[in-house]
Amino acid sequence: MTRDEIIAGLAEILEEVAGVNPDDVAEEKSFTDELDVDSLSMVEVVVAAEEKFGVKIPDNEVQNLKTVGDAVSYIESNA
Amino acid sequence: MPHTDVVVTGLGATTPLGGDVASTWDAMLAGRSGVGPLTQEWAQSLPVRIAAQLAVDPSEKIERVKMRRLDRSEAVALIAAHEAWADSGLADSGLDTERLAVSVGTGIGGAMTLLAQDDILEASGPRKVSPHTVPMLMPNGPAAWVGLELGAKAGVHSVASACATGAEAIAQGVEIIRAGRADVVVAGGSEAVVHALPIAGFASMRAMSVRNDDPERASRPWDKGRDGFVLGEGAGVVVLERADHAKARGARVYARLAGTGITSDGFDIVQPDPEGTGFVRAVRMALAEADLAGTDVVHVNAHATSTPTGDMVEVAGLRTAIGDHVVLTSTKSMTGHLLGAAGAVETIATILAIRDGVIPPTINLDDPEDGLLDVAAHKARHVDVPVALNNSFGFGGHNVALLFTRP
Repeated sequence: MTRDEIIAGLAEILEEVAGVNPDDVAEEKSFTDELDVDSLSMVEVVVAAEEKFGVKIPDNEVQNLKTVGDAVSYIESNA
Repeated sequence: MPHTDVVVTGLGATTPLGGDVASTWDAMLAGRSGVGPLTQEWAQSLPVRIAAQLAVDPSEKIERVKMRRLDRSEAVALIAAHEAWADSGLADSGLDTERLAVSVGTGIGGAMTLLAQDDILEASGPRKVSPHTVPMLMPNGPAAWVGLELGAKAGVHSVASACATGAEAIAQGVEIIRAGRADVVVAGGSEAVVHALPIAGFASMRAMSVRNDDPERASRPWDKGRDGFVLGEGAGVVVLERADHAKARGARVYARLAGTGITSDGFDIVQPDPEGTGFVRAVRMALAEADLAGTDVVHVNAHATSTPTGDMVEVAGLRTAIGDHVVLTSTKSMTGHLLGAAGAVETIATILAIRDGVIPPTINLDDPEDGLLDVAAHKARHVDVPVALNNSFGFGGHNVALLFTRP
């Protein structure tokens, strides 16, 4: 799976869970500051991403996923 | 010490009759029933397969992503509160939000969320349970959301007294203003539990009508053929305001909330006290607070839910507390029983009866009980209403009387 494919998958989740416009989803964007995903919605994003990409994202890892790019890299190397 | 005068300056509702106050009121005056069949698959094995469901689904007014975080009881509270708030004209008045409080209750709370998330827990495990579960199911949720969206900082309160909740929340709102803790209180009740479990529970108590083949005629307060209440869903919210505060800003005033009475039966967890003494005391308290006599009351929007036992206990109590002269109605004949929202939606009907000089009908009263007082049966009745009473009772022995007068 390419980084672009992972971004597209995350964009789908972010739209469904938090109403984020898929056009706004890019590697450098911060989940909380720029995409306005609050902590409870971030939990939903993580659970949905685990299912979509077949990866485990432990709670202590979530705090390191500040940007979309962080999440893409984590998924790329753990899926 | 004289009481601080409290007036009503805003109304909001979403009910089985309409998505706002105007459409609900029009439907009431036309004598329309909001009761229909439950066509959902989950309902087909239930003994009760009728309900008064919302005329306008909340998802038509609240966007999808926000709806994901709202229990239905919270969504309807928000819809009613925003209508009442806009109606009051307070949004642009420069009100200090540290003087704005909320008192919005629910009888049952976020049961729909609780049950839906339990299904997810059973089917898919704990990790799939929504992180929004707790704020969706907590019974203070409707009040908290209203407080959040209006920016209320003088306290957010949520009384729970079953079917008296909406009325008690409004009565508590008056007390908050009188205690000097706020100038404005957004007050009311919400309920949305049209779901198999609450229906099965009420049906097991034999409290609900099983007139499944004739839904529009199922809610028939005081009719000899009544066989229980019809479950409804919705919300009603009013804006309560210190009278001098409303006057200073030139607000449109619907009515004075001249007196409130709250008592408890101490008799039985669900049966009304057959003597109705607790209810009579509540009405007398409201009258005393308003410095009015029973003879001053023209109209009563009764609790009358269409259950065999409750309806006539209230009539006997009214006879004792007020007299024989009043014109009753039960708008539940049209809305069904909105449980925690009932007292708030009926408060709005009571206030509009005063404003418009018209009492909404009690439909389906084809064969009235012996000894019944005068009821506006079948058709709305045009009559000057300077003073009107709204009663609510709840499982647990709660009695609430709210007395309104023309401003």
